[in-house]
Amino acid sequence: MSEEIKKFLYLNRRAPYGSIYAWEALEVVLIGAAFDQDVSLAFLDDGVYQIVKGQDTAGIDMKNFSPTYSALGDYEVTKLYVEKESLEERGLTVDDLMDLKWEDEDEDWAEKDSIILVSREELAKVIEGQDVVFSF
Amino acid sequence: MSELHTVNKSPFEKSSFDSCMAHVLEGSAVLLYEDGVYAATKGTAAAAKVAAAGGVKFYVLGPDLKARGLSEERLTDGVEVVDYAGFVDLAAEYGKVVSWV
Repeated sequence: MSEEIKKFLYLNRRAPYGSIYAWEALEVVLIGAAFDQDVSLAFLDDGVYQIVKGQDTAGIDMKNFSPTYSALGDYEVTKLYVEKESLEERGLTVDDLMDLKWEDEDEDWAEKDSIILVSREELAKVIEGQDVVFSF
Repeated sequence: MSELHTVNKSPFEKSSFDSCMAHVLEGSAVLLYEDGVYAATKGTAAAAKVAAAGGVKFYVLGPDLKARGLSEERLTDGVEVVDYAGFVDLAAEYGKVVSWV
């Protein structure tokens, strides 16, 4: 089997609890992370709602899976692209999002931001640079 | 007969909210729940439609707001938060329920 590392991008475009898409995307990302590929996630359209902080699902009898996003760094998933225009259209800013970090073992486990705020135009280029894109 | 309209889809993803707003009459109410709650938040195109609708009451289901990390401060002015029992009361109060799914 080829040892070539491919660039995988997971596109997240759905809000978290109204459908199963967001949860399924996380499942697939975590499985894919086991294969030592170069994995990135993009949050755009209603997908930006997935990483809004302060989610509390006690009242709707569903599992709050938002803490899982904080664990992605431990699986070497450290690039989370968030589309600026999608936030703006929803009256949100990056301050409304969870503070997602990863630890860089090459720099004495320094904490670094996982969220990379990009414009629609920049995200198009990110997509262009991938080998494989999975859509949710 | 006055109606309770319900919307449970995101206004960004589906036309349910827009269709509801195009058909709701004065004296009726709109209840936003599940992903419909996003239509009740400030700084969105949906918020302008809520603000412009005269004589229509707007309600949002609290547990669905909390699940999505949205505080009540984020709500468009005039939108009232109800719980599940409040949902039932509204359904009983109005002549019929019209669901925009």
